[in-house]
Amino acid sequence: MNGATRDVMFSPTRVAAMALRYWYLLRSSFARLIELIYWPTVQMLMWGFLQTYLAGQSNNLARAGGVFIGAVMLWDILFRGQLGFSISFLEEMYARNLGNLMISPLRPFEFVAALMIMSLVRLAIGMLPVTLLAIWFFGFNLWGLGFALAAFFANLMLTGWAVGIFVSGLVLRNGLGAETFAWSIMFLLLPLACVYYPVAVLPAWLQHVAWTLPPTYVFEGMRALVMERTFRLDLMIQALGVNAVLFAMAVAAFLGLLASARRNGSLMQTGE
Amino acid sequence: MDARTPEPAVRVDRLTKVYKTSMAVDGISFALPQGSITGLLGGNGAGKTTTIAMLMGLTTPTSGTIRVLGADMPRERYRVLHRMNFESPYVEMPMRLTIRQNLKVFGMLYGVPNLKARIDEIAHALELTDLLDRPTGKLSAGQKTRVSLAKGLINAPDLLLLDEPTASLDPDTADWVRGHLERYRAERGATMLIASHNMAEVERLCDRVIFMKQGRIEDDDTPARLLARYGRDTLEEVFLDVARGTSHEAAR
Repeated sequence: MNGATRDVMFSPTRVAAMALRYWYLLRSSFARLIELIYWPTVQMLMWGFLQTYLAGQSNNLARAGGVFIGAVMLWDILFRGQLGFSISFLEEMYARNLGNLMISPLRPFEFVAALMIMSLVRLAIGMLPVTLLAIWFFGFNLWGLGFALAAFFANLMLTGWAVGIFVSGLVLRNGLGAETFAWSIMFLLLPLACVYYPVAVLPAWLQHVAWTLPPTYVFEGMRALVMERTFRLDLMIQALGVNAVLFAMAVAAFLGLLASARRNGSLMQTGE
Repeated sequence: MDARTPEPAVRVDRLTKVYKTSMAVDGISFALPQGSITGLLGGNGAGKTTTIAMLMGLTTPTSGTIRVLGADMPRERYRVLHRMNFESPYVEMPMRLTIRQNLKVFGMLYGVPNLKARIDEIAHALELTDLLDRPTGKLSAGQKTRVSLAKGLINAPDLLLLDEPTASLDPDTADWVRGHLERYRAERGATMLIASHNMAEVERLCDRVIFMKQGRIEDDDTPARLLARYGRDTLEEVFLDVARGTSHEAAR
């Protein structure tokens, strides 16, 4: 066999192998597919009806039509993007398959690329029906945001992946005992990233913290678009810059935690 | 080294692994000639698994050097990982995937050419053809071991590391697996390192035996010479002597 062709720095075939592995897993369980749609739908319906109710009580809130539904759907992109990445990684821990992968020619960046692809696949399965339901129930068309949606989506996915990469490193290093971070870490961002209210609501010192988080720019940008019909490109560019720093830090942390796991022998025991 | 002598498949020199304050492997050195089958024996905690993990690049050594198939491990591991593989009943295959799906995924990871034909070939050799579309989790222990072996052989490795390859198998299946490993070595000229507690298996398969105890190599020789030196009839008796230190001095 020709080893030279297989000793490449980045192999699309190996990325495809891992994506295929997760696709096989996903389609083997109807319950897993339903779960992807269930929570985003429940969230969207709950916030949509709340907004419908509040709009009838206040002129200001009536003007803000779509803000809550927009916020909840963008939040789901962020949360489900990270979760889709982390769950695929956790599947390897549950299956005790990490040892098989780590002794194969699969490189860390290929592994991460496959997890990113699967986070997009899982998100598409979950969010596409929800966006259509939002049009049907509340007349809110997320797709109508056009280019702005693409900018929001790209920034939120980058943040979700950065958090997912960092959490995967923690689980690699510390085993399934660190699994809880995969499910809960994003909720730390929920109050700070100002998903449902403007940054100005926060105390002055906390606003500085909020602006270190890329989703804050996205949710401010979404409110500006829905309420003032203004697309804030400046906010999207700033979000991209912060995301670049965050992503680089997450990759560095992942590689450091992987090296630490190799030193500590934790890749040999991938249970609790 | 003599220019006519091929480089060993594995060369380990003063290899040490310390976990915090615990010495798992303590300055061991050995070489595995190409095409040899070597048994790595020792009680629980002797350092066998850590040694194998370091050979695969899964665990970083504290000190010492490892060369595997001409590459320095773990630094150059990606040069050779596609030429080696590992099989252990304790490292499971994804249960929800069928055997065919698992072999396809690992075949792609290892860059196996003509993968479909290779899967058919290995399934035939390991008597898995009729089971290929069954989920791996729904197989018996013996069938799972054969699937694990199929994964270990999917890339036709030049170096195969095995951890208790026949653990929990009935004698008939275990004998069948040993026979397959013997045939694979004969056909491929592959090098194998087998960690095992089954002394009959080691006597049958191995050209040489390395005994480890508390992270060190206690003895290293052919089964026949070990039996003669310890004055024993079976490797199990030699194992007990080494593990308990009862006739260590006599053997020297």
